[in-house]
Amino acid sequence: MLKSFFGGVHPPGFKTSTKNKNIRPAALPKKIILPLSQHTGSSAEPVVSPGDYVEAGAVIAKATGFISSNIHSSVSGKVLAIEPAAHPVLGKCRAIIIEPELQQKRLDSIKDCADSGFDPGKLNPADILDAVSSAGIVGMGGAAFPAHVKLSPPKNKKIDTLIINAAECEPYLTCDHRLLLERPIDIINGIKILANVLGVKKCIVGIEDNKCDSAEVIRNASILKSDIKVVPLHTKYPQGSEKQLIDAMLDKEVPSGGLPFDAGVVVHNVATALAIYEAVALNKPLYERVVTVSGDCIKDPANLLVKIGTPASELAAECGGFIKKPKKIIFGGPMMGVAQPSEDAPVIKGTSGILFLSKDIAGEYNEGVCIRCGACVRACPMYLEPTTIYYAAKKARFDIVNDLCALDCIECGACSFDCPARLELSGIIKYAKAMIKK
Amino acid sequence: MSMYTISPAPHIKSKDSTNRIMWFVVAAILPTAIAGVWIFGPHAAWLILASVAAAVLTEAALGRLMKKPVTVTDGSAVITGLLLACNLPAGAPVWIAVLGSFFAIAIVKCAFGGLGKNIFNPALAGRAFLMLSWPAHMTTWQNPRFWPDVVSSATPLAKNAVEIMGPGSKPSLWDMFIGNRGGCIGEVCVIAILVGAGFLLYKGYIKWYTPIVYILTVGILSRLAGGSFIFSILAGGLMFGAFFMATDMVTTPLTPGGQALFGLGCGIITFAIRKWGGYPEGVSYSILIMNAATPMIDRLTKRRVFGKKKR
Repeated sequence: MLKSFFGGVHPPGFKTSTKNKNIRPAALPKKIILPLSQHTGSSAEPVVSPGDYVEAGAVIAKATGFISSNIHSSVSGKVLAIEPAAHPVLGKCRAIIIEPELQQKRLDSIKDCADSGFDPGKLNPADILDAVSSAGIVGMGGAAFPAHVKLSPPKNKKIDTLIINAAECEPYLTCDHRLLLERPIDIINGIKILANVLGVKKCIVGIEDNKCDSAEVIRNASILKSDIKVVPLHTKYPQGSEKQLIDAMLDKEVPSGGLPFDAGVVVHNVATALAIYEAVALNKPLYERVVTVSGDCIKDPANLLVKIGTPASELAAECGGFIKKPKKIIFGGPMMGVAQPSEDAPVIKGTSGILFLSKDIAGEYNEGVCIRCGACVRACPMYLEPTTIYYAAKKARFDIVNDLCALDCIECGACSFDCPARLELSGIIKYAKAMIKK
Repeated sequence: MSMYTISPAPHIKSKDSTNRIMWFVVAAILPTAIAGVWIFGPHAAWLILASVAAAVLTEAALGRLMKKPVTVTDGSAVITGLLLACNLPAGAPVWIAVLGSFFAIAIVKCAFGGLGKNIFNPALAGRAFLMLSWPAHMTTWQNPRFWPDVVSSATPLAKNAVEIMGPGSKPSLWDMFIGNRGGCIGEVCVIAILVGAGFLLYKGYIKWYTPIVYILTVGILSRLAGGSFIFSILAGGLMFGAFFMATDMVTTPLTPGGQALFGLGCGIITFAIRKWGGYPEGVSYSILIMNAATPMIDRLTKRRVFGKKKR
């Protein structure tokens, strides 16, 4: 029996163009833009100045609190400026701009492979947390929540399960899928490190059933070595949403307003598990990641290993440029990603994909009127009534919006996807949530 | 100015637009309408054409008059026209169809704000208006054209209004299934209705909750009252009403639970009208009454929000 959740939608997958392509490193960009805010929480504070020389892996900005994250240079070269620059989520953000040198150097402390005798189970949890936090690791599935915070549950919460999120339910994206196929041993070691820190026995990897090959690889790699279990999930959006994933895999609901901690669970993405392995075993900070560059406008879609800070324009060129005029550039997946005004924005730690979509895929629609078909109600994985919230928000009745539990909305966009009247349900609800919080 | 379009997520949408759904519903009603014409002869075709044309023209004219975008291409007016015609006796004069469609679109739909805003099913309210105003025209039934006796008779339900649910009444169940009986244009041929309904269910444009609960409720109540289960669900306009009018999206509840409750209510009222009421058939009034109850059902059937305790 495939595990699943209630509600959800079935968008077309669009994964075939990249799912069989090996991860390859992207060429060195001409310029690197490293925004000081790439994570949930307070911005990092620069520790370099224009004119300084930095090596790849060097800390260039320090975390400014517990919920914050260090930022490292992804290249060796000269710091050109610290100034506001394009940011894929915030629009504009203060960033450290670095010009890479031709002969790249990285910190000597970074290793190519783990020491012989490396055993994730024997490490000291405090050392692991320290390594994760100084390596600037954040959730790489999109939300970019600092990983060390997620690994420090409050004392009064008993954590018994670690879930590794490999659902990758967003259309187009295949970066996690490729990582599972190409780096299974490292990912398993990452999972064991996570299990060690959290002190949990039960580790389960959730993979949608359209990626059976990767499930098989992980199952084989983990066999005899641990209690890591692979659970196939129904291919349905938003299967990879934290709350829906916990519901599907453990039949537990995270209480309204609560965190996975409250259900005794910690959820980490596959890419994050790998980054944690690299931080702990190889001493490598998070300065590069795998990004799926795809969309119907791209000549040669690919899964690229990208230096964080590489602008989107360089990645489009890396993939053969455009065969059609893009109408939208999207950072992330097509369901929750952010549309960009230009190709300037750089890859940040939470960027899993960059999509260049033509008007054939990302059509423009006029909003009609609700015909009360109930599609949004059936689609909502949080059991809300999107259309009712939408019309209350349009009348600026944010008191009603609040009574309708709009704050529980996870902004997955399933309602807007299925709405035949093309109402911007999730867009308006997102706005209404901001108005309630104000 | 940006070269690229900025808009909120999601950036892809499902294929099903309002227009697409509406035209698929039109396609699903067509087998029933065609069966009606086959059974009752060419006059039924004129009624259908007149009814659809009146509905479309009324909506177009009112849209222009009220300076609103003309919306007739969305197919919803065509649906109203088709449904209204299917609810007419095959021998009704053409002006009845025209007036009924005009009332349905102008008063029941547009006066309330047009598509998505009407409280009552326009076609059914149109039929109710005609029933009240010209009861003679609306209750003169024509027999199928294959019968030797082409003079008007009554619908199987009316023949024995008191013991309606009793078995042994004419016509046979098979005749009722294939449509070899008197009645409204669209209600007689059950097999054509099931073809269209099956298509809509398969496409997911209607859900089973309302029609199945509705039909079972009528069947079970009739059986408990000593009648025949099969006869009661084949008779009258139950099949047509359950699949094509109790499933109207605009005028029925939003949640699956609410839709089931709607079907239950329709079933009870239909049974009550058939058993104790003055009218031979209760399908259209039961759906209209439940339309009025829809906002209340929506309130009663609010779902528990994920992660919250049951309220």
